[in-house]
Amino acid sequence: MNDMTPTREEREARLEGMGCKRKRVEDVRFTQGKGNYVDDVKLPGMLHGDFVRSPHAHARVKSINTEKALKVPGVLAVLTAETLKTVNLAWMPTLAGDVQMVLADGKVLFQNQEVAFVVATDRYAADDGINAVEVEYEALPPLIDPFKAMDADAPVLREDIKDKKDGAHGPRKHHNHIFEWTVGDKDLTDAAFNKADVKIKELISYQRVHPSPLETCQCVCSFDKITGELTIYGTFQAPHVIRTVVALIAKLPEQKIHVISPDIGGGFGNKVGAYPGYICAAVATIVTGKPVKWVEDRMENLTTTSFARDYHMTAEIAATKDGKVTGLRVHVLADHGAFDACADPSKWPAGFFNIVTGSYDFPVSHLAVDGVYTNKAPGGVAYRCSFRVTEAAYCIERAMDILAQKLGMDPAELRLKNFIRPEQFPYHSALGWEYDSGDYHTAMKKAMETTRYSELRQEQAAKRAAFKRGETREIMGIGVSFFTEIVGAGPSKNCDILGIAMFDSCEIRMHPTGAGVARMGSKSQGQGHETTWAQIIATEIGIPADNIKVEEGNTDTAPYGLGTYGSRSTPVAGAAIAMAARKIRAKAQMIAAYKLEVHEDDLEWDIDGFRVKGLPEKFLGMKDICWIAYNTPPPGMEPGLEAVSYYDPPNMTYPFGAYICVMDIDVDTGVYKVRRFYALDDCGTRINPMIIEGQVHGGLTEAFAIAMGQEIHYDKEGNVLGGSFMDFFLPTAYETPHWETDFTVTPSPHHPIGAKGVGESPNVGGVPAFSNAVNDAFSFLGATHIQMPHDHWRNWKAARDLGVIKGAGAAA
Amino acid sequence: MIPGQFSYHRPASLAEAVNLLATLEDARPLAGGHSLIPMMKLRLATPENLIDLHGIDALKGVRRDGGNIIIGAMTTQHELLASDIIATALPVLQETSLVIADPQVRYMGTVGGNVANGDPGNDMPALMMTLGAIYNVEGKGGARSIAATDFYQGAYFTALEPGEILTSISIAAPPAGHGYAYEKLKRKIGDYATAAAAVVLTMSGGKVATCRIGLTNLSETALLAVAAAQAVIGTSLDDAALKAAAAAAEAIMSPAGDGRGPPEYRRYVGGVMVTRALQRAAQRAK
Ligand SMILES: Cc1cc2nc3c(=O)[nH]c(=O)nc-3n(C[C@H](O)[C@H](O)[C@H](O)COP(=O)(O)OP(=O)(O)OC[C@H]3O[C@@H](n4cnc5c(N)ncnc54)[C@H](O)[C@@H]3O)c2cc1C
Repeated sequence: MNDMTPTREEREARLEGMGCKRKRVEDVRFTQGKGNYVDDVKLPGMLHGDFVRSPHAHARVKSINTEKALKVPGVLAVLTAETLKTVNLAWMPTLAGDVQMVLADGKVLFQNQEVAFVVATDRYAADDGINAVEVEYEALPPLIDPFKAMDADAPVLREDIKDKKDGAHGPRKHHNHIFEWTVGDKDLTDAAFNKADVKIKELISYQRVHPSPLETCQCVCSFDKITGELTIYGTFQAPHVIRTVVALIAKLPEQKIHVISPDIGGGFGNKVGAYPGYICAAVATIVTGKPVKWVEDRMENLTTTSFARDYHMTAEIAATKDGKVTGLRVHVLADHGAFDACADPSKWPAGFFNIVTGSYDFPVSHLAVDGVYTNKAPGGVAYRCSFRVTEAAYCIERAMDILAQKLGMDPAELRLKNFIRPEQFPYHSALGWEYDSGDYHTAMKKAMETTRYSELRQEQAAKRAAFKRGETREIMGIGVSFFTEIVGAGPSKNCDILGIAMFDSCEIRMHPTGAGVARMGSKSQGQGHETTWAQIIATEIGIPADNIKVEEGNTDTAPYGLGTYGSRSTPVAGAAIAMAARKIRAKAQMIAAYKLEVHEDDLEWDIDGFRVKGLPEKFLGMKDICWIAYNTPPPGMEPGLEAVSYYDPPNMTYPFGAYICVMDIDVDTGVYKVRRFYALDDCGTRINPMIIEGQVHGGLTEAFAIAMGQEIHYDKEGNVLGGSFMDFFLPTAYETPHWETDFTVTPSPHHPIGAKGVGESPNVGGVPAFSNAVNDAFSFLGATHIQMPHDHWRNWKAARDLGVIKGAGAAA
Repeated sequence: MIPGQFSYHRPASLAEAVNLLATLEDARPLAGGHSLIPMMKLRLATPENLIDLHGIDALKGVRRDGGNIIIGAMTTQHELLASDIIATALPVLQETSLVIADPQVRYMGTVGGNVANGDPGNDMPALMMTLGAIYNVEGKGGARSIAATDFYQGAYFTALEPGEILTSISIAAPPAGHGYAYEKLKRKIGDYATAAAAVVLTMSGGKVATCRIGLTNLSETALLAVAAAQAVIGTSLDDAALKAAAAAAEAIMSPAGDGRGPPEYRRYVGGVMVTRALQRAAQRAK
């Protein structure tokens, strides 16, 4: 070897494989404004569609007069439910097994519901047309409070199914009831409660929020009358599923449907489902023969396409007097709005909410979830979480704090006492999951040491004493959250969407010069797949990540996959990528063996090629193998070097983390300041630490927004409030706290590269950390549980209700 | 979020603008557009003609005129922040500008638009009342002056007659050594006030000599809290005086409930803002 021979370190570094803080390749175009989003798609002759929406939450539609609208210059067509009925599309199936009106059919069931679709030559004409459509309504009593949904005299919302005794998930108890879902052993749980020393019970609500991605939902549909082919550009997190659903409901042959998700400006679950806008744009292009674009504005996005959460959880914990938990009982009242359009794998009406036992060794547990209809927008999407996992994590993390308070124990100590122990993995939870791996004690202790947790508690004690002496009006809260997520939906044995199993896929095609293209069924919305997927391949096959082009989102070229949400991309597509790469490497090994004239078993993999064991100078690099594979393959071997893998995961993965939040609150104004936020994440093998850090920052910022302000609120009449960014809290850089990130690494034993997925952990684990900090701040004044969001006025109200606001205003 | 149809005009002189406003159907001045255009996008405002005032040089800039500071209506909030005259004579205007929205809005939004808009959420009106500002306006019937304290009649209702343009604001510079503060509570950058209070005072021998207090977003219009100011004059801003001022200010507030909080909260924090503004202003006074 001469001096020019690169060292092992140099060879590794050149690959920029797993573990490397590789800069995001997609940012080259994003930071220069050169991304290509749906709204950048401009086809010749393209028309624009926009909705007439209902001002009422609940009303009968007496008539729709489109005459004047059709006279507005530029308006070409107005679709109504009557028009859609001619093609049998007035209603559409939802992901949750319900049906949803595409356009109001006789009735409206939530404010801003889609009533008619105006198609015009430009957006201005479309909006003028909207203002000229005359709709006559007869108002009906609205049902807003989910707790009143199943009252005997509650108004009938869904006349289409009012007499149906069974829904998609079993028997219905009431005309506004959607499903009841129960898990766990009720009798054993009741028995545990009967003999418990200590019990807590609390209604813990997680308010309705919205994922609010930067780019709203939108599409361009273009039908070619000659070939009968339909091309749809859309903001789809799961483009293949959209293709199949369109094929099924529009009765078009699937090969004639081309779904393209170009660059996507954030999804967070908002862009998984199918919305009336897509159907209307598709019908409009078929009717007019011209491409039709539909783009939601911000208010439409916040008030119609897919809220998240709205879970009202009554949690009960049974425990011994020294703080060992013995049982968990949870009932959830789930507000699904007017249609059940929840984005869950079909068999899971409450998603994976049965992860609610969290990180703790509950011997028994019982869970029941009731879903109900109300006059609110449909949805129930997984806003940066695996299905309903954020709700579950919030529920258990709040409940554990409440138990700690009742026991007079430190909340971190209580957690340490009840964690599933490392030797218990794989761990079978009382509600039916098999946790793959974890080391909770190490993570919690590291978090406590790094934040000097015990000193924080001492400082808090001093501040509380000063507050009681009247020397300060500021209170201090320390929020502890230890979450376990369940991500990577999912194994076909328990996960499908409308019958489509939730595998994912990867196809790698190497080129002769040692470069290649890789395509997946996943779809990045900002996660940086073009960067990280290439890193997995680089490590697996020894070709520099820079030489691998990653493509996603075009259903004509990408292999079938279920898309990106629920932190499933790394656990599922990431596994498929590794498996496809290993097929490439296996063929490369055969080629290397032939060329190096040894048996395959005599070769060993060495960073970027194969080496003959014991003969270090006999080496063949992957770059050369690519050339050989095409041009001089061994006799009898097919030329070429490509592979496809479809991966059906054997289990979910279970990322976890320990978060600690320190907050100060001025009781007189309710203004809070997050002094410190420490987030330790364990997502198993780390592919790109910089991207992980970015994901954690983003998710924590969302968690902060949710806990401290976000809410899609409805007044008694069903008017939706908070439908703009003036009211819906989207923090700017100024409000956003500083984040400290940290990690431990506990690989997944069943995943090919040991990775677990991290994108959603910070949202899941962050919300309880903030909320626990607020609750902890007020606890010494007697508070047990204060509902989110913890915005200024609610903090002030908490202080007032606890009797620490005196003076003129407090009396009012 | 798409406005209706309108025609756009860009006159080069004040006379031309006044004439266009007087002769065109449903015409409205356009300044920075950061209140008007959002309302047009929601079709809450549907003017047929927009008269853009940006081409009129006479409406721009800040100058001294004896003891008065004259601010052209088309001066942007950003320009207020950059002005040396404002920095020395009226620092409270800068403190207030800085808590209006964000830099992007301040680059476009004008002080004239802010005070003429009549939105109780705008921050400048209460400050102008506190400073005793005079609004100079011009219309078909000629020029006239209106005191800021007489200008606001209700939410979006002002003393401005149809077709009148606000040309400038004149403010008598407060004495050297005056204390000032603008305390604004808001949910985040870019939000209107949950409650805000402006204070301008002078101190003499450790006691408050003169004081004016203005309140933002705590009623249908900005308010001048006369009794609250009276309550501190002659005091050393002891606890009792601060409490009396807060109570007097709260007595004239009638805030609406909205996403920022229910009325009782906004009234209470209105009192807190008054207290804190008084304390900070007094600390600054020489
Ligand atoms: C996101 C956001 C946040 C904001 N937050 C705040 C805030 O916290 N505090 C605050 O005070 N403001 C806030 N604003 C409003 C901002 O300051 C506006 O710029 C200001 O209210 C209006 O000024 P303008 O120059 O943009 O006026 P325009 O929007 O152009 O006009 C407003 C109204 O005044 C009339 N008008 C304008 N100029 C004249 C004139 N010379 N004579 C007669 N009539 C005239 C117009 O016809 C119109 O009716 C915010 C705006 C945005 C978009």
